[in-house]
Amino acid sequence: MAQVHLRDVVKKYGPLEVVHSINLDIADGEFVVLVGPSGCGKSTTLRMVAGLEGISGGEVQIGGRVVNDLPPRERNISMVFQNYALYPHMTVRENLGFSLKIAKQSQAEIDKAVDEAAEILSLTPLLDRKPGALSGGQRQRVAMGRAIVRHPEVFLFDEPLSNLDAKLRTQMRVEIKKLHQKLKSTIIYVTHDQVEAMTLADRIVIMRDGHIEQVGTPLDVFENPVNTFVGTFIGSPPMNLLDGVVKGNELEFADGTRLPVPPGYAIQDGQAVTFGVRADNIMPVGHALPRGEHMAEVEMAVDLTEPLGTETLLFATLAGTEVQAKMLNPRPVQSGERMTFQIMLDKCHLFDAETGASLRK
Amino acid sequence: MNRLKLPPWLVLLLPAIIILSAVVLIPLVLSLYSSFTSYRLTRPDSIFNWVGFFNYEKALTDVKFWAAFGRTVLLLTVALNLEMLFGLGLALMVSKVTQGQRLLRTMMMFPMMFSPILVGFQFKFIFNDNVGLVNNALQSLGITDQAIPWLVDGQLAMFSIIFAEIWTATSVFGILILAGLYAIPRDPLEAAKVDGCTAWQSFRYVTLPFLMPFIYIAMAIRSLDVARAYDIVQIMTNGGPARRTELLWTLIGRTGYVDARMGYANAMGYISIFLAIFFTIYFFKKLTQSRKELGMGA
Repeated sequence: MAQVHLRDVVKKYGPLEVVHSINLDIADGEFVVLVGPSGCGKSTTLRMVAGLEGISGGEVQIGGRVVNDLPPRERNISMVFQNYALYPHMTVRENLGFSLKIAKQSQAEIDKAVDEAAEILSLTPLLDRKPGALSGGQRQRVAMGRAIVRHPEVFLFDEPLSNLDAKLRTQMRVEIKKLHQKLKSTIIYVTHDQVEAMTLADRIVIMRDGHIEQVGTPLDVFENPVNTFVGTFIGSPPMNLLDGVVKGNELEFADGTRLPVPPGYAIQDGQAVTFGVRADNIMPVGHALPRGEHMAEVEMAVDLTEPLGTETLLFATLAGTEVQAKMLNPRPVQSGERMTFQIMLDKCHLFDAETGASLRK
Repeated sequence: MNRLKLPPWLVLLLPAIIILSAVVLIPLVLSLYSSFTSYRLTRPDSIFNWVGFFNYEKALTDVKFWAAFGRTVLLLTVALNLEMLFGLGLALMVSKVTQGQRLLRTMMMFPMMFSPILVGFQFKFIFNDNVGLVNNALQSLGITDQAIPWLVDGQLAMFSIIFAEIWTATSVFGILILAGLYAIPRDPLEAAKVDGCTAWQSFRYVTLPFLMPFIYIAMAIRSLDVARAYDIVQIMTNGGPARRTELLWTLIGRTGYVDARMGYANAMGYISIFLAIFFTIYFFKKLTQSRKELGMGA
């Protein structure tokens, strides 16, 4: 088990810099998820840790060793790939034992380690099949088995679930979490799916355009996003954003709608701001959770509904912008119906209109 | 007028039947028939002289025939294996080139663009003991002061022929293996790196199994080619010296057209076909097997 440190790590392809001097400290046994939209540099960062990409600048340390110039095999890591990357000409048993065979372990040791890994991942009945005869979920389990059989210091997961269907993905997510609890090893996990990030991570690292935007626990990044990007990226549905101007104790939006200023933000009179509110905090009266001291009420016409069973998502227009609201204990709603919504101002956010940075005190 | 009425399907198929008979069926039947006669080109009516299996018995007990048969198998084995090794090396090197790869790929194909007859003449000149390039170079460099009889000495002549064969056809392997290299998914290779493989181990355990189907396709194509080798040998040594480079088809060609004993030549031809068929089946079996290994195909 080991800590991982990234110090001013840069990745350049020719003149093009894709990862800009990022810093990250990962504790021993921590489950860290790198999340961001495609092209944000998260996979590249992971591959630099793995040794599959050269490091253009800065330093990567694994377990206190600088590994910049070490090939993957000397870094004591193992990796699970998006496309499983199994060896198609080998049986599951051979796939699992391959790294041990390369490390010249005795056949008895290999068998023992393979049986143990197969047991953990319930692959025992499949050991003599080839990858071609396995389903997607089974292949992914083999790929994970191949990673755990070596007891590496750090596990790297590169979007391991994105090729699986939704149901299987949820199942495997639970299995990965269980695996981490059992092995207690350091895991770096890359995904573009914020749900995966939220559910799996001890800490989430949100990346955009080769920069780290925010690092924090799932609840921390959900409740205190440092900017509008994190606010809209984490959480589903994405946070509603409305542009307005501070007028005394109120926010005025383009069409003249006014709302009280949420508490806890450093703002000046006349400042242009972006107001952020999640669907969970804007609910029709009578279908909401009573919470928070600071509330506001607005009336909106509902354009569209998305019933989800326990709740219904309502699409309405507030100050000229489409916003999503949540309705608990739903009743059927007609399109065009006008409803009164309450906004929990304690849970709302204010961002600088220009930079998008949070204005929280 | 009472015209013969043919069923429409037959009328529609007739052109195909006529063409196939003319180009395939009639020659095949005629040659098979003539292998059971003492047919000589110089005496056309000898084609009606039925001798049963005499020609086949003669061929199967003829030392010269079996020597040529053995030499063909030797050429096939040596040339194919060396071509495979060189082609593999060439493909691996070209695949690593980042700039000008297209140009290199085209250049790789150059040897295949020449007629084997011209290649034969070219190597006949290169290996000529008096004016040839090789001897000239060796003598100028002081490596030897004698003229090495490349095409006159029996063993050296076989070597020279194999050399020419390899020069012309290594690119067949090169191109097909290169195609195989392009088709290899990147992930398993990266997984192998993470699993601790050195470059050689990655090649041995991951790259090579992926390349085997491509290698067997090249082998199948080239085994047919080499099993009917004629032109290069005919030009370079004419089967000589003293029949030491006589291959199946130079022997058959000589028997049929020089000695005019076409019936006997056809009998040897039919026996030789089995060699080609054997190798083709063998390599296709290997191909299917290696594809199955990779989980491809049914």
